[in-house]
Amino acid sequence: MKSEFTSPIGKISQINGECISLIGNDIDTDRIIPARFLKCINFESLGESVFEDDRKTLKGRHPFDLEENKNASILIVNSNFGCGSSREHAPQALMRWGIKAIIGESFADIFYSNCIAIGIPCFTLPKESVQHIQKYNNNKRLFLNIDLKNSLAKSKDANFHLEIKDSSKKMFLSGEWDATSTLLENENLIEKKYNNLPYLKFNTHFL
Amino acid sequence: MSQDTLFDKVWDLHKVSNLPGGSDQIFIGLHLIHEVTSPQAFGALKDKNLKVKFPNRTVATVDHIVPTDNQSRPFKDNLAEQMIETLENNCLQNKIKFFNIGSGNQGIVHVVAPELGLTQPGMTIACGDSHTSTHGAFGAIAFGIGTSQVRDVLATQTIAMNKLKVRQIWCDNKLSNGVYAKDLVLHIINELGVKAGVGFAYEFAGPAIDELSMEERMTICNMSIEGGARCGYINPDENTFNYIKNKLCAPKYEHWDKALLWWKSLKSDENSIYDDVFKLDASKVEPTVTWGITPGQSIGINQQIPLLDDLPPSDQFVAEEAYEYMGFKPGQSIKDIPIDVCFIGSCTNGRISDLRVAAKVIKDKKVSKKVKAFVVPGSEKVASEAKKEGIDKIFKDSGFQWREPGCSMCLAMNSDKLTGNQISASSSNRNFKGRQGSPSGRTLLMSPAMVAAAAINGKVSDVREFINK
Ligand code: SF4
Repeated sequence: MKSEFTSPIGKISQINGECISLIGNDIDTDRIIPARFLKCINFESLGESVFEDDRKTLKGRHPFDLEENKNASILIVNSNFGCGSSREHAPQALMRWGIKAIIGESFADIFYSNCIAIGIPCFTLPKESVQHIQKYNNNKRLFLNIDLKNSLAKSKDANFHLEIKDSSKKMFLSGEWDATSTLLENENLIEKKYNNLPYLKFNTHFL
Repeated sequence: MSQDTLFDKVWDLHKVSNLPGGSDQIFIGLHLIHEVTSPQAFGALKDKNLKVKFPNRTVATVDHIVPTDNQSRPFKDNLAEQMIETLENNCLQNKIKFFNIGSGNQGIVHVVAPELGLTQPGMTIACGDSHTSTHGAFGAIAFGIGTSQVRDVLATQTIAMNKLKVRQIWCDNKLSNGVYAKDLVLHIINELGVKAGVGFAYEFAGPAIDELSMEERMTICNMSIEGGARCGYINPDENTFNYIKNKLCAPKYEHWDKALLWWKSLKSDENSIYDDVFKLDASKVEPTVTWGITPGQSIGINQQIPLLDDLPPSDQFVAEEAYEYMGFKPGQSIKDIPIDVCFIGSCTNGRISDLRVAAKVIKDKKVSKKVKAFVVPGSEKVASEAKKEGIDKIFKDSGFQWREPGCSMCLAMNSDKLTGNQISASSSNRNFKGRQGSPSGRTLLMSPAMVAAAAINGKVSDVREFINK
């Protein structure tokens, strides 16, 4: 694992960094972080174990082991990335390894919300553009400046228009992606809902 | 945009507000927690100096890390012991009901909540576990969440979420003999693909679904997530109400009548609008087995592993990876592939009806000498019912090991693991690389009856040869 880890806080509007490409569709959360590493009561040490089994199999040739990717922070993936289990350990492990943003063809739903919840913006690009970046990144370093407000990624030679859900974008730009406090602002409405749900009336003896 | 489906109705009922970012704030009626995804959430709550808002709407059990051989405390595995202790303390401190080992009600969270009558129609249910979709079998809107969202539910009983689209999956006719809910759902995932469900809730409907028991419906909804759909559900009917009646936490007496009245009003309208509809003929589904590394890579028992050229271009990439990892050749039959380990259990197929079906196949037969076979009941209740019916004995007599309840080799967080590149026939839900504990272990997903057939023959077999005789 690289330099010291600090969790993101507050507004996120710019992400600048080198790209690391990971090629493959349907890369599941068991591969991102194998189940044995879920035996923990905090996320701190997960960064070292990201893709552990895939990395062992590739004996040093896995993108997350390559010297040239040591400082990368923008992950480029293909389709349905993060499918499988709901373990937040997966984006946590990526984040603790050094990933700050992900660009891909598509993401699994729960993985996507987990990323947003911990401050990792996930962007989509058409397949051709993703593959174009991956191909380029294959033999050259690629540095991207991501401007969240304009959904734009700029490199030395090219610009890419990124897609991101409007709600996620707004949350990052306003700094309100850490949802708890936003949700709590509606405390009165929550109480009201609680008191009015039909089934809470006939489950009164509940536990 | 879908309209007037059960999903729309339940969503609207639970909507607390429109959040500034554009997503909805949704009230969670029932929150289920377990030891793996909750400790960090409780930690975050403490950091923020927040309390659990409605402790009576959260229920806990322990499932992923429990050993299934020797459950005496402290567990042999220190980390596992630390995790269960953390959950015990968090529940105690926050006054959350915890069904611990030995309570008679412990088990896999998605087996336990329905059998206690906690899972009910019209609820929103969330749990830090992707197979929360299981509870949709009752006409609840249920989905998996991550740990940060577990924190949000604990602190506010709500989460921020974008509304999903709704795809109806209409299943005509009925399943033929020897073909089960597991085969149907594997077939659906194969037809639609593992990412078709992203952004969708799946409504399973049609004559073939109406015929299914509640436990079979749970198997179907359970695997929605393997098709990419975070949520799957079935409109509630008499079957649903009968299943819930008299369960420990079900509404009683005059409450029951009120509940029933409300539940009966809950279903997709006749002319509701779906974002998409997919139709299939359930009578054409064969016993189905996966051959690859995603739950979508499956074929009927009499089919061959597809050739690269027979697959759509978008599937070829993963297919090549699968041939290599599995060591299977394109064009090869799935039937007769030798099996090393047989596993019956998990939240997909670890319920009493699953064990009954498998026991019927294995009765008076022996497990092949080449195979290690074991049964892990989904819950303490399933285990005790099985014992009452003598099912444990049928399994033991045939050479199956009979274990204590838990997740076990579904994800191998305890000591039940594949070793090397062993092949398992498994009634669980994921055949991902390394899923069952060995980085090169191989998993073939199938119905519990098919696992039993594989155990007898020591190779992938057509269970219909056993039951049609
Ligand atoms: S049985 Fe398997 S899929 Fe189900 S909750 Fe346990 S680990 Fe997850």
